[in-house]
Amino acid sequence: MTIEPKDGKVVLDAVQSAVNRYGASHDELIPILNDVNREIGYLPGEALDELSRLLKVPKSQLFSVASFYRMLSTEPRGTHVLQFCESAPCHVAGGREVLTAIKDALKINENETTPDGKWTLVMTSCLGVCGVGPVMMIDDDVIGNVDPEKVPEILAKYH
Amino acid sequence: MNRRVLEGDPHAVIEGMTIGAFATGSNQGYIYCRAEYPIAVKTLNIAIDQAHSLGLLGKNILGSGFDFDLEVRMGAGAFVCGEETALMASIEGKRGEPRPRPPFPAVKGLFGKPSNVNNVETYANVPQIINNGAEWYASYGTEKSKGTKTFALAGDVKHTGLIEVPFGLTLREIIFDVGGGIKDDKQFKAIQTGGPMGGCLPAKFLDLPVDYQELAKAGSIMGSGGLVVMDEDTCMVDIARFFMDFVQDESCGKCTPCRVGTRKILEILEGICEGRGKMEDLDTLEMLCDQIREDSLCGLGQGAPNPVVSTLKHFRDEYEAHIKEKRCPAKVCKPLIRYEIIDGTCTGCTVCARNCPVNAISGERRQTHVIDPDVCVRCGICMQVCNFNAIVIE
Repeated sequence: MTIEPKDGKVVLDAVQSAVNRYGASHDELIPILNDVNREIGYLPGEALDELSRLLKVPKSQLFSVASFYRMLSTEPRGTHVLQFCESAPCHVAGGREVLTAIKDALKINENETTPDGKWTLVMTSCLGVCGVGPVMMIDDDVIGNVDPEKVPEILAKYH
Repeated sequence: MNRRVLEGDPHAVIEGMTIGAFATGSNQGYIYCRAEYPIAVKTLNIAIDQAHSLGLLGKNILGSGFDFDLEVRMGAGAFVCGEETALMASIEGKRGEPRPRPPFPAVKGLFGKPSNVNNVETYANVPQIINNGAEWYASYGTEKSKGTKTFALAGDVKHTGLIEVPFGLTLREIIFDVGGGIKDDKQFKAIQTGGPMGGCLPAKFLDLPVDYQELAKAGSIMGSGGLVVMDEDTCMVDIARFFMDFVQDESCGKCTPCRVGTRKILEILEGICEGRGKMEDLDTLEMLCDQIREDSLCGLGQGAPNPVVSTLKHFRDEYEAHIKEKRCPAKVCKPLIRYEIIDGTCTGCTVCARNCPVNAISGERRQTHVIDPDVCVRCGICMQVCNFNAIVIE
């Protein structure tokens, strides 16, 4: 299974729904982009085109914002997004070895997606649960106290 | 800490912001919450809805004629958006890039209007101060830093977690009394305070009373309230490299000293950790740190040199060992360490050779085995599987 481009209507519906929810205003851009990214999995060019039309903001400005923030992606992402904490407390707790185990298990580097479209690995500056480091977040699940040995078992739970 | 306040007691934040708004004559507030904390966003929105239905937010609060409303704005994954002007840019739907001050937010802030920007922790303190009085709050803390502070105690310490202590408690009390001491009873080596832009303080600072002024004098910052404890097995050069890598990832890219300067520092530190360092590199590092601190637009760039400056000052011998002897005293930097099998202890059981993922180990059964350092990737599996403690790191 590779990542299929999203159907045009799905994209337009996601954009319209986000604009309806927050209003067609430039300062609502990040909530809108967050919603569309969540709905579609990333921000395709067609979404930015439609948003540019609805908000009356040049596409270059939308792209400049979309490409700045780590949780937004202008490239297709996998079914599951694994965010790994690269902050100092997680690093000192043994984060480097856990990250190596994740990269070995998935066979990808940061900001890459597995060829089967299942996993994308991104780094995050903090997940706010430093007491249980090393920490990672898969979609909305926060997983703490991760050992390198536990990584395959954790990944296997996601289909 | 702020995450826990938002998840555990969002009402204190709402109340504190309402009081602040009443004091300054503001009718609209925003809470900017990282997208990595979806539970906090949800809890906040529930609390705001509850406040609305009780007449504590919205129009004509409690019949006072005062209007104030709150909106939660999620971030989208940018550390730099913790900086107040970058945060405001993000709420305005722009890239999270800081801007020069003056004008300060109190004069020209969000959407160009005078704005008061504070941390969640600050607002959460306000209701208690109003209820119990300023003297009560000022009875805690030190002369210039009043009240309490929350910290995230993390790293090589027995009890990690979130703490709230009065200003003035010493680092020693925090690490050894509250934190229970170093994990596995190893030796304390350093503590980094304030988050990724903080300095690393060695043992001679353990009796420092923690407050804004004392930390600044010591070459660090209060910052986010992060406290990362490091033990004797930490390489301070590797730690400096790690923090510079973090800064490079999170720099917004707007100003050259931060964007380019920290890349140069990172390249030098990577070279030192890989055995390619030269003594002149240390002078270059000091020069770059000075310039980046002086010339960066925001706190991220200004603070980025702190880990490097403090480790150079307090752990210079480690940098020199990496450069002059190509040796990592803490045995962390992989290109500078070797895994060796001790002749006399090795029984030739072949377990290590069979488990080596790159076939770097050779030897006959019942003969001392040998690790080829050119093939070895320093994964450490051989040391883990050896039943005779015959493998050491040199």
